[in-house]
Formats: sequence, C-alpha cells, structure tokens
Amino acid sequence: MNFSADLSLALPEVILAAGALALLVWGAFQSRANAVFSLAAVALLVAAGAAAVLGPMGRGFSGGLIADQASAFAKVAIYAASAIAIPLGQPWFQRRGVNNFEFPVLIILAALGMGMMASAGDLISLYIGVELHSLALYVLAAIHRDNAKASEAGLKYFVLGALSSGLLLYGASLIYGFAGSTHFDVIAQSVEGGAGVGVLFGLVFLICGLAFKISAAPFHMWTPDVYEGAPTPVVAFFGAAPKMAAMVLFARVLAEGFGGAADQWRQILVIIALASVAVGAFAGLAQSNLKRLWAYSSIANIGYAVLGLASGDAAGIQAMLVFMVLYMVDVTGFFACLAALSRDGRPMETISDMAGLFKERPGIALAMSAFALSALGLPPFSGFWAKFYVFKAAIGAGLGVAAVVALVGSVVAAFYYLRLIKVMWFDPAVGATDAPPVEAKAIAIALALFTFPVVLVALAFIDPLAAAAAAAFGLA
Amino acid sequence: MTGILSLITYAPVAGIAAILALRFIAPAGSARSADLAKWVALVTTLVTLALSLVMLGQFDRTTADFQFVEDFAWFGGLHYRMGVDGISVLFVVLTAFLMPLCIAASWRSIEHRIEEYLIAFLALETLVIGVFCALDLILFYVFFEFGLAPMFLIIGVWGGKNRVYAAFKFFLYTLLGSVLMLAAVLGMIGITGTSSIPELMTYDFGQEIQIWLWLAFFASFAVKMPMWPVHTWLPDAHVEAPTAGSVILAGVLLKMGGYGFMRFSLPMFPDASVFFTPLVFALSVIAIVYTSLVAFRQTDIKKLIAYSSVAHMGFVTLGIFSGNAQGEQGAIFQMVSHGLISGALFLCVGVVYDRMHTREIAFYGGLVNRMPWYAAIFLLFTMGNVGLPGTSGFVGEILTMTGAYQASTWAAIVAATGVILSAVYALSLYRRVVFGELTNPALAEIKDLNWREVAIFAPLILGTLYLGIYPAAVFDITQASVDNLVAVYRAATGG
Repeated sequence: MNFSADLSLALPEVILAAGALALLVWGAFQSRANAVFSLAAVALLVAAGAAAVLGPMGRGFSGGLIADQASAFAKVAIYAASAIAIPLGQPWFQRRGVNNFEFPVLIILAALGMGMMASAGDLISLYIGVELHSLALYVLAAIHRDNAKASEAGLKYFVLGALSSGLLLYGASLIYGFAGSTHFDVIAQSVEGGAGVGVLFGLVFLICGLAFKISAAPFHMWTPDVYEGAPTPVVAFFGAAPKMAAMVLFARVLAEGFGGAADQWRQILVIIALASVAVGAFAGLAQSNLKRLWAYSSIANIGYAVLGLASGDAAGIQAMLVFMVLYMVDVTGFFACLAALSRDGRPMETISDMAGLFKERPGIALAMSAFALSALGLPPFSGFWAKFYVFKAAIGAGLGVAAVVALVGSVVAAFYYLRLIKVMWFDPAVGATDAPPVEAKAIAIALALFTFPVVLVALAFIDPLAAAAAAAFGLA
Repeated sequence: MTGILSLITYAPVAGIAAILALRFIAPAGSARSADLAKWVALVTTLVTLALSLVMLGQFDRTTADFQFVEDFAWFGGLHYRMGVDGISVLFVVLTAFLMPLCIAASWRSIEHRIEEYLIAFLALETLVIGVFCALDLILFYVFFEFGLAPMFLIIGVWGGKNRVYAAFKFFLYTLLGSVLMLAAVLGMIGITGTSSIPELMTYDFGQEIQIWLWLAFFASFAVKMPMWPVHTWLPDAHVEAPTAGSVILAGVLLKMGGYGFMRFSLPMFPDASVFFTPLVFALSVIAIVYTSLVAFRQTDIKKLIAYSSVAHMGFVTLGIFSGNAQGEQGAIFQMVSHGLISGALFLCVGVVYDRMHTREIAFYGGLVNRMPWYAAIFLLFTMGNVGLPGTSGFVGEILTMTGAYQASTWAAIVAATGVILSAVYALSLYRRVVFGELTNPALAEIKDLNWREVAIFAPLILGTLYLGIYPAAVFDITQASVDNLVAVYRAATGG
C-alpha cells in the first residue's frame, strides 16, 4: 500500500489531529471559549465519525492501523460520547469561572487517542493510542485547577495511570521479545495452539495494564477517588468513551493477537469479571457519595463487559459491544443529571442530597430513576438488554456458573440503586434546588428516554451493527 | 381479532398518557386534577375490562391452541409474541376485573400524590396482563420483572409505617428469584435457539439439564407464589401496602407464580417436575399447616390474611404438581377464587382501616352492632376463605385435594387438616373483630358501608357465589387446555 492509501484509512484521525491543532491556534488568539468554538469542536467529531463509517476499510501502515467494521462501530460511539461531553462541560465550567478554551481541544485529543486504540493493529499503535488519550484525561481531571479535590484527583489519576502504562509497556516488550513482532497477526502465528510461558507472561502484564484503564478489579482502586474529585461533566466523559475504547482494544489484542491462547486468557478474564462484579456490588453498598457510588457501579458493570469478552467467541464480543454502547448512555446520562443539580450553588453529590427530589425536580428525578433502574438491570431498561446479551453469550460459551454468580452480584448491587430511588421518591424534600441548566437537563432527559423506550427500537439497529463489528475480529 | 391482546395490554398506557395530559387542564397536584385523574383511571380500567370480556366472548373453548396470536420479529432473534390459551385467559380477565375495584377502593383512602398513584396502578395493570399474554420467554421476563417497579413504588410511597423495609424486601426477594430464572431462560435459548414459548413447550430437554432449569424457574415462582420457606416477604409487603396494593398483590401478582408453574415447569420440564413432586408436596403441606398456625397467632388483621394466602397457595401448588386434570383444574380455580376472596378480605380490612387507622385485632370487637352490612359481607368472604360449600373457595380446595389424593394420599390427608385450621383462624378473626360487646369507645360512632363500598363489594360477592354455585363457568374455559397439558405431561413422563 502506498502512503496516501494508508492515510485514507486514518482519515478520522487526520481530521481530529489537524482540527485539534487548528482549534488550539484559534483558541490562543481568542483566549476565551464561546459557543462557536464548541460547535466547531462538535463538528470535527461529527466529521470524524462520518469518515470512520464512510471511509475505506482495510489495514494500513504495515498492519499498524486497522479500519474495519469494529473500529467504525467503536469510533462512532466514542465520538458521539465525546461530542455530548462538550456541550455538557463547557457551560458548566463557564458558570464556575473556568473559561478555558482547552476543554474542547482536550476532548478532541482524547477522542483521537481513543480512535487510535480502536484501530490499533500492533503494540506500538496500541501504546500511542493509550498514552494519547490518557494524557488528555489526566489534564481533564485536573482542569478545574482552583479546586483542591480536582487537582488531587488529577494527580492520583496521573501517578497510577503512569504505573499502569509501565505495566502495559513492560508486557508489550516481553511479547515483542518472545513473539518476535509487535504486529498482532504475527503474534497470532506464534501463539497458535497455546502461548509459551514468556509470551503469556507478557500477556498477563498487558491485561493488567488494560484492566487498569477499564477500572476492573483488582485494578480499580483509583476509580472512586478520581470520580469523586474530578469535575462532574468530565466524569460523564471519562466514565463512558475511554471504557469503550479500552474494551475494543482489549478485544482486539485478545482476539487478533492471542486468539490461539484463548483458553489461557479466558480464565484470567473470568476471574477479573467476577472480582469486578463482587467489588462493585459490595463496596458500593457502603457509599454515601453518588459519584463514588457510580464509580463502584461502573466497576461492577465493566465486570459484565469483561464477562462477555471472556466468552471468547463472536457472540461474546458482540455482547460486549452492545453492552458498552448501552452502558455509555447510562453513565453519561447519570452524570449529566448530577451536573444539572445544585443547591445554593453547591453541587448535590451525596445520596441524602437527593431526598425528595421527585417533588422538587420530577424530570431529573425520573431520568435518574431510569438510569438507576437501567444500571440495576430491570427490564425493559437498556441495562437489562445489555446484561441480556452478555449473559446469553456467557451461558452459550459454557460460563454458566460464572453467569449465575454475576447475576446474583447484580441483586446485591440492586440494593444501592433502589436506595437512591427510595431517597428520591419516598423521603421528604430537604430544600429547594437551583434551576437546572438547560443543556445538562436536556442531555439527561434525552438519554433517559433512550434507556426506555427508545432502546427497544434502537436495538434492532445496534444488534446487526454489533454483530458485523464482532465478526471483524475473526473469532468463531 | 388479532391485536386485541395488545389492545387490552396497552389500554392502561393510554390512561397514563391521559393522566399526564391532565396538567394542561388543571395544575398538577390540585384537587381538580386529582379528581379528574381518578375518573380517567376508572374509565380506563373499565374499558380494559370491557375489552377483556369481549376477548373472553370470542375465545374458542374447544381448542387447546393459543388464540389471538400476534407475532412480530424483534431483534437478536427475539419476537414480540402474544397469545392466550385456556390457562392464561382467565387471569387476564381476573386482572382486568380487579383493577377497577382497586381504583375505586383508593378513591378516598389515598390522600397524597394521587395522579402518580394511579399511574403506578395503570402501569401495573399493563405489566400484569402482559405477563399472562406473553408467548416469548424474554417478553414474559420483561413484563414479569418490570412489574416490580410500580409495586415497589406503591408499597414504598403510599404504604404504612414500615413501608421502606417492606418495599426493599419485596423487591430484592423477587429479584433474586428472577435472576436465576433469567439464567435458565438464557440457557434455554442457547440450547434450542428459540425463545418462543409454544415451541419450547414441545421441545424435549435432556433429563439432567431439566433438573437445573426446573430449579431456576422454581426459585422465581416459589418466591412469587410464595411457598414456604420463602414466603416471609409477603406478610411484610401486605401489611405495609395500601389496601388496593394488597388486593392486587394477593389477587393477581401471586398468581404469576402458579401460572408460571403451569406454563413452564410442567410442560417444559416434565421429568424434573415428576422428580421434584415430593419436594413440592412437602413444601405445600408445610405451608398449609404451618402458615395456618402462624396465621392464628397474628394480632394484625392484614398479616393474618396474608398468612392465610400462603396457606391457600399451598393448595394451588399441590394441585398443579399432582399432574392430573382435577388437580390442574382445581389449581386454576383456586387461584381465580382466591383472587376474588382474598381481594375482598383485604378490602374488608381497608374499610375499617380507613375509619380507624389501625389493623390491630384487639382494637376491634362488636362491629356487628354498628355495621350490620359490613358484618354480613365480611362473613361471606370469611366463609369463602374457609371453603364453605356454595362459595368458590370450596370448589378449588376440594378439587386440588382430589387431584393430590391420586398422586399422594398422605399429602392430601395432611392438607385436609388445613381446611380445619383455616376455619380456626378465619372464624376466630371474625369473632374477635365483629362479634362480642362493643367495648372500645372509639368504635361507638363507626359508620356502616357507604354506597361506594357496597358497589365495590357487589361484583366480588356475585363472583364468589356464582363460581361457587356454577364452577363450570371456569372449567368450560380451561378444560381443553388442561386436558392437553395433562396429556402432554403424562406422555412425557410415561405416566
């Protein structure tokens, strides 16, 4: 392939990279963000998404970059989540006197990195993608720089993230050493019929590094602190899109690079999945801060996604993709609700702050209830369908016992979702809330309508797309 | 008549939309809006009832096939598939029949957030009817599970003092049972590649897998039913729920368990059903005897009736797992009859609770002196609960015991003591509440039934007596489907 053909495969990345630099220059002259600036950023993401879907498919840069159904599926979801984050976050920061034009630019850079993760075809592009999006996220976590908690969250995220990047890199170097190549397809040949100890050792490190990025147990410690400290719209962003990117990357590495060692990595994933579900369910019971609570909820949920991956077949990957899309809606919507709520100018972040919210703000309370019931897995909300796919795949792949354990874990977690609903619906109101900002409320309610009833129609479209995407990974 | 099932199922949703639209006429939460909402809800439930009666009139009693079938492909191989047969059609009508009574019973007793209360009830009606009409496993599960949400709110928002505890217990107990069923459902879809209930009813599962699937379904339906020893959520839920909530809980929600056994456990896992029949019989008999004794010791009227519900459901499981026509017919009849009688009994409690705001048995006594009409109606339903011939309660109990006798003599003999025990607790309750001297001065001014309450009780009285005198009204409808169920079950188990 010649260079221009290679480049055409990377069209979404080119658009985002060039666009981000252009926005930086524009921002430097303008120094203050405004609606046009945000709109331009959203337009860039839309253009990149269109390029991902309509652009050519294939492998470029000697196999380092893959554009296929799977990357297109993931990129559309990632760019959409990023595009929602900009109108959700920019006015939020403006109201708090943080009027940085960097926010949309950082989101775009993160989206660029996540897009690369979804397209990574070898260990080098994998690492570049991971680092690019991580660095943008570290800064985003700390962007509210006058806020001590946010700065602390950013620092914590950075230090622990650097550690995990180290693990990732160390694993990658071991794999390179033993398999003799950084390309997934060459690695796949060397692990045909089971991986040797050296490669396996590297794979375990790689899995640990990626498990950190998706905050799966036992690499989840950073999540509650970072979720609690970081600005709410930023959490809405990095609770969703980066998880999708990392999960797709995870699937790509395991399916394309280590498909021959499936029996070996499947057991690791089952343990990670069940540990995540258990940690998320039990540790969540003790939380009083909603952002921490949702951090644990996200740990449990990522456990279900990993369980889908652990099925090790096309149905499992399809389940994981459907799960992640529906989960992204849930988590973005929930934090949009939190971003919309404040009382006397202070954010409402504890469960007790929500007392009687249904009387006070029925729209947002209903939206939050929908997200809670969805996370609980109550049919017909989107979270149920997400779990439906995952458990169907897991049981179909012979992981019946693990599926039952995870299902019972979901009953434990049901307690804290119900408690939130109870507080909002049953308890007397504690005081007036401020008028919610229009954009956050609109996003929250639109996403809540997606969880029910729109999902019942949307799944008819997501299902075949995810199936096509899963087929691209080449597993049976 | 294709489409009528969806029409019945979603008619209450139109009522919800109308109640939501009321805010354009009157401010939400105002007295006018609440009044209008009540009328909208009542009319909606009556229209639903009328539709369900039209459906019943069109129902072909000579076939065991599913009727009024609707089938649309959905996603991921799932279908939106609805249909009723002789086993499910009566539950649809029963639900539609009880709902207007529930709305009427809540007319005065619910004082806050009335629109939301009515919305919760209408949503519940849609979901319960959906459960009985669904012919796709996943669709069934969606209706089955989603029903928890409105009931959780009904208990939690409009319930008594300990409502939060009861609501959580209700939700988590049932959820735990249901997720195990979900695992089994997904396993079945994985094995057979279909989620169609009619197809699965003829699928021959291997013996070993049947055991596991049966146990998973049992976990869900036994909790819902509820069977001893997983019945403990029911008394709490009943005591805390508002009157109409208790009526719907006892009247139809419990029936989902029995319906599930007849729709899934028996036809789909016949070998496992035979294998576990001794277990079910043992649990049923314990439920009948033990919870009857527990009921006798209660000091709260509602709790007493709740425990008596558990005992009566013991007869239902006994009948279902006897695997013969009498047993199945009796079980269906007992469920319908219990839906009327226990619903009426909870309404009887509601009548005095609305006036005195207590359910302590010791508080009452001598009500017959001030409330003769109430005493007469309460007596009728107490007798129905005991199983007096002439009331519908008798037919169900005698048939389930006849059926069980053929399967296990001992189980039937022990269960028969339950009839005596039910007389013990029900009559002693009646004596303590209604008869005797009127000693409590607070009761001196208590008023007898008003016209609204009489209007609520009238259909229940007619139903109880009509079915007691002419039980064939039910059997004609269920006959073909029950015969088919028994024939398939016998053939599959070689009995």
